[in-house]
Amino acid sequence: MLIKTTPAQYSARRNFLGRSTSIALSGAAVALLAGNSRLAVAATGNPSGDVNILNVALGLEHEAIAAYQVGAESGLLQKPVLDTAVLFQSHHKQHRDALVATIEKLGGKPVMAKSNSDYAASLGAGGLKSQTDILNLAARLELGAANAYIGVIPAFSEKDLAKVAARLAADETMHWSLLANALGKPVPMAALSFGA
Amino acid sequence: MIVAERLLPAVLGLALAGAAAAADPGRGAGLYEARCGACHSLDAHRVGPLHRGVVGRRAGSAPGYDYSPALAAAAFTWDAALLDAWLKDPEALVPGQRMGYSVADASDRGDLVAFLLSVSRR
Repeated sequence: MLIKTTPAQYSARRNFLGRSTSIALSGAAVALLAGNSRLAVAATGNPSGDVNILNVALGLEHEAIAAYQVGAESGLLQKPVLDTAVLFQSHHKQHRDALVATIEKLGGKPVMAKSNSDYAASLGAGGLKSQTDILNLAARLELGAANAYIGVIPAFSEKDLAKVAARLAADETMHWSLLANALGKPVPMAALSFGA
Repeated sequence: MIVAERLLPAVLGLALAGAAAAADPGRGAGLYEARCGACHSLDAHRVGPLHRGVVGRRAGSAPGYDYSPALAAAAFTWDAALLDAWLKDPEALVPGQRMGYSVADASDRGDLVAFLLSVSRR
């Protein structure tokens, strides 16, 4: 079973971290994302534009976390697929936490997650009847996220954030590759298929 | 000169509308899945708003979606020319909007707009 985080727990956790360890967390999160902690204070390009893009990324991460949660709770995923789904969800939670810390460091307000039932409805989760259905949904979301992250790289005013998007895209691409393999999908015949 | 300034947008709009009509909505569907599908779907709000019926809809007006203040205040209705301009450079069309993604290739934009037109006709 996946580790559940209710909105209240998440908010409380963020508040606690914000009060007691904000410097350490932000430094670690920003370092995780961009490789150095001077990013947030050194941003001089268009921070509000960058925050908007980061918030779109955060929205994608919220959706991915919910999608894996829905899949895990469906009872349709069998081991070891379930374990892999849990691992991928943990990656998305790490993305989320790092994005939240960076957005706040840049003076922005992170978008909040919707309810899992809202995500389930918008993703058509009611039609998921098998492990293959869930893996296909996950693969579609991971591929879309990889393409989206690649697509926004040129839009960042801060080049370190462009690197962040590239690193996120790499994780999503890794997820898609493993999911596609599990589904028996062929390796793309053409090079440069991502972000095209 | 004034006539030219007034006519140019209209001519440009007609040209783009014509280009959209000649474009390939089938290819646009594939592009939509690959490029837009991370955030959008036709029939449900996700990270971005739903798209079915977008052509002919006032910008920032799909019920139930939390638009940026900039897009919510936009005073235009989506057509082929405006969708092309949006996909080319959203921030240039509506400063302060939230979409960081753009489509550089005019042919790709034409096919995407043709697809959006095809799912907007009643």
